[in-house]
Amino acid sequence: MIGKEPDKSHVGSIKSLNDPFDGDVSISHNCCGHSHSSTDIHQTADTEAIADRAIEEAVIRGLFKGNEVSRRKFMKLVGASTAMSVISSLFPLDAAKAWAKDASGALEKTDLKIGFIPITCATPIIMAHPMGIYEKYGLKGSNVVKAAGWAMIRDWAVNKQVDCAHMLSPMPLALTMGVGSTQTPFLMPAIENLNGQAITLANKHKDVKSPKDMKGFTFAVPFDYSMHNFLLRYYLAEGGVDPDKDVKIRVLPPPEMVANLKAQNLDGYLSPDPFNQRAVYENVGFIFKLSKELWSGHPCCAFATSQEFATTMPNSFKAVFNAIVDATAYSAKIENRKDIAQAIAPRNYLNQPVEVVEAVLTGQFSDGLGATRDEPDRIDFNPFPWNSMAVWILTQMKRWGYVKGDVDYKKIAEQVFLAGECAQIMREKGYSPPAETYKKHVIMGKEFDPHKPEEYLNSFTIKKM
Amino acid sequence: MKKQPNSGWIVLCMVILILFLLVWQLLGGKTGGLPGPIPVAKSAWFFLSDPFYNNGPNDQGIGWLTMYSLARLATGFLLGTLFGVIMGVILGLNPVLFKALNPYIQVLRAISPVAWMPLLLYSVQNSGVTAVLVVFMASVWPTLANTAFGVSNIKKDYINIANILQMNPVVKVFKIILPAAGPTIVAGLKISMGSAWVAIVPAEALLGTLGLGYFVWNEWNNLSLTSVIFAVLVIGVVGVILDYLFTRLAMRLAYVD
Repeated sequence: MIGKEPDKSHVGSIKSLNDPFDGDVSISHNCCGHSHSSTDIHQTADTEAIADRAIEEAVIRGLFKGNEVSRRKFMKLVGASTAMSVISSLFPLDAAKAWAKDASGALEKTDLKIGFIPITCATPIIMAHPMGIYEKYGLKGSNVVKAAGWAMIRDWAVNKQVDCAHMLSPMPLALTMGVGSTQTPFLMPAIENLNGQAITLANKHKDVKSPKDMKGFTFAVPFDYSMHNFLLRYYLAEGGVDPDKDVKIRVLPPPEMVANLKAQNLDGYLSPDPFNQRAVYENVGFIFKLSKELWSGHPCCAFATSQEFATTMPNSFKAVFNAIVDATAYSAKIENRKDIAQAIAPRNYLNQPVEVVEAVLTGQFSDGLGATRDEPDRIDFNPFPWNSMAVWILTQMKRWGYVKGDVDYKKIAEQVFLAGECAQIMREKGYSPPAETYKKHVIMGKEFDPHKPEEYLNSFTIKKM
Repeated sequence: MKKQPNSGWIVLCMVILILFLLVWQLLGGKTGGLPGPIPVAKSAWFFLSDPFYNNGPNDQGIGWLTMYSLARLATGFLLGTLFGVIMGVILGLNPVLFKALNPYIQVLRAISPVAWMPLLLYSVQNSGVTAVLVVFMASVWPTLANTAFGVSNIKKDYINIANILQMNPVVKVFKIILPAAGPTIVAGLKISMGSAWVAIVPAEALLGTLGLGYFVWNEWNNLSLTSVIFAVLVIGVVGVILDYLFTRLAMRLAYVD
């Protein structure tokens, strides 16, 4: 009988609703005024009253089927309090109010700052801004802020200069464990993108076929705690090359990788796009292997936030979580990619030519060896943060000596990767999340069982433990 | 050859510029090399035609970016000047204290201000404040050293007259010491301003605070070298203007004994 549910996406931004029990005013005008200042101490009480009002309005609207004239007549005839008691006896208003508040209370903060690195991995985080997805969830005035490197975005996130941040998926794990930074508990509500990386080699190495031919090479990766680093090491080690002894791996910002490849200081790199494509464009390198050829569907970048943000601003956290899941699902559809490329290419976001972004997002590209390839899943999007992926990352952090001693794999994985919460939001939105949070992955033909991380580690001969 | 016509240097200056542009055009402009002067001029026109646009925190006009950098520079520089001049006067008037602190000052001023950045960022946990503090660190030492030197070398006669007139110490500082040491102090300020302007570019780049330095870094991150070259030119021109203003100030404060 309620007719329509209170629209959750609007609860946070409702400013002033007219009293539906008042026969003198209209409720048919709409609700979304300006966002409130988050410092207003009356705000919580205010917005609760507004939420109450929204429920009452929804019920009244349902009863009168939107007929404004008959509502006014009825209210004038019987008076507000009588109407209230009559309707309460028909419909449990109090229960509805309590449920709605629990489902989505007032947003503690609407003008969130979300840090990003200008690479195509950040697609969902960025596109949610120009395409109005943050606003749809009441996060008015939210903005995405460009950072120039992973250390910078880490410091911004730890120092609370941004509320949420685009990170590499191993970063929230490393931050939570206090590896390579001060220990700060972080959460990873959603994965930004799958795949989306490649091994690029200098043009002089066109005859290279396997890791064996790469001994003595100097490689670059964007950050120590990155899938790029772990995948490159894994790839080399599988081919019998010790990444700590037989080659050099340097940490460099991706644009410097292209410049260094040109200057012949590097033999190759494993980096995010568009910098692989950029080497082809500059005619200094070629795409040797897409990372999806090593592990199809591997996690790459992450949407992350501090545990403090999630606990002190649970409603804003939930709103931004919803927005990201929405944006990621939208990005996952290949037919949307051209629109997305248009939206995120301008100067204030990626600052790249639309064609370059489009080539990466649609997966139709030239590889620098003369071939044009069509790989629709060159980059892919799926928000679900498998706990098993976290366990794999932890095994590699231990394998290469970034963490020492015993690691409580599952505890850390489940604390940081919010698989259960993400699944719930996906279900609410009508997407079908997986039923479990752990699964076996296959990396370069070798199976990884997330329930046996230590056995997995022991199966490697090349490691630094 | 004794008296060149006034326009001679202008002609020479233009010839050098044209030669430079020609060499640049010949060396750059090839595929894979540095962009030549024409694409840079195009990019300069793009930025200069609308210097005060604002497309949110990631894309603002070059005019705004220059303002942000100058505001940061002014804040850090004023703090540095205040501290430097006060400490300089104290040390200039106390030769023993000056000698005792001098080794520390020498060590501190040898440290690149940007080297302080990680420690500052870690302790204040705010990149905006850190950038201002880096500017402070860059501007405090030349001012301090020059002020102390200027104050300690004021003619004894001036001090003696102040003592005969029984001036109180505060009046003495403002009426005698600062005016007498003025030219030396301003020379120090000029050096300070130069090193502060040099420090602000890497500080903004590393901290990600909106300004010219961050602009250079973001354009580099996109490998748009035309924008990088344009920004480098803007930084140079602003630096020259600042330096010119200080030269004018120094001329006004100069005096003859």
